[in-house]
Amino acid sequence: MRALRFGIPLAVFALLVFFLWRGLWRDPREVPSVLVDKPAPAFTLPLLGDPGKQFSPADYRGRVWLLNVWGSWCISCQVEHPTLLALAKMKAVPIVGFDWKDKSDAAIKWLAQQGGDPYVFSVTDLDGRVAIDYGVYGAPETFVIDKAGVIRHKHIGPLDDKSVADKLLPLIRKLEQQ
Amino acid sequence: MKSTRICNPSALAVSTLFAFAMSILPPSSTAQTGTYIADTPADPATEARLKDLAQELRCLVCQNQTIADSSADLAVDLRRVVRAQILEGKSDGDIKGYLVARYGDFVLYKPPVQGNTTLLWFGPFGFLFAGTGVWWLLGRRRAAMVSAYAISAEDERKAKALLENS
Repeated sequence: MRALRFGIPLAVFALLVFFLWRGLWRDPREVPSVLVDKPAPAFTLPLLGDPGKQFSPADYRGRVWLLNVWGSWCISCQVEHPTLLALAKMKAVPIVGFDWKDKSDAAIKWLAQQGGDPYVFSVTDLDGRVAIDYGVYGAPETFVIDKAGVIRHKHIGPLDDKSVADKLLPLIRKLEQQ
Repeated sequence: MKSTRICNPSALAVSTLFAFAMSILPPSSTAQTGTYIADTPADPATEARLKDLAQELRCLVCQNQTIADSSADLAVDLRRVVRAQILEGKSDGDIKGYLVARYGDFVLYKPPVQGNTTLLWFGPFGFLFAGTGVWWLLGRRRAAMVSAYAISAEDERKAKALLENS
């Protein structure tokens, strides 16, 4: 009885501390995507700077590729840009840009201002319709899509060299072997 | 330069939040194309349903606001999606399902009763039950203590005598 009298409140307190402590390290802005391990939603969108041409995820069946959501209005994308340029230079994976709710002329100008275009090409989603299908709620966001066209990972927020080296590249290498 | 509207005006006071939101939210787009969105308010019945539904859906940018309350760009887009789907004759369940499939359960302001929300929904009843149990146990122990210290009539007479003499 004596053990219970101290044990129970102590256990409850420890549980509370555990949850609060874990809560400290969680970012409420990072809502895990329900689309991971689901097929990348189909779309057909015109290319930035060449609206006569179009791209669909089906075109990249059989390849591992990244879909990177950006916009010329997005400040965090400027932070991420050097990382993307470095990743593009490695030629490890094609990066498809997803220009979200942007104006094409502003987007082209922005890419030039940021020191280059890391994308094989960018698609333009002017009205944000496709972005909703991908559950996009902020930029930048990056999807890793495998050879079967399945989303295998979603990175929310700007990529940095560490997240690329620790997470993205190992995953891409793994997926390439499948 | 077009300004980005975020959350509600009170958010403007929190300048750091504002700066952060500025950096991740798209500016209001003027060129809305496509068939899925309905920009212009429809008939009053549709708008009433839109309002009800929007109050049950979370804006993922301003997470403590519904898409009815938020003026974030994403909330505006999602309201258009909901309106378009109402006009298409979809049921409330269909529309919620559509958004849950894209944004997850978090988009619902009221969490659904399902496996991973059992603790959330029924946990409080568990606490109530545990509390009642503790209360009952303590009551029983107190009753036991009182009877354990019961004294005989003889002892009580002695005690009274002592108290009166002092």
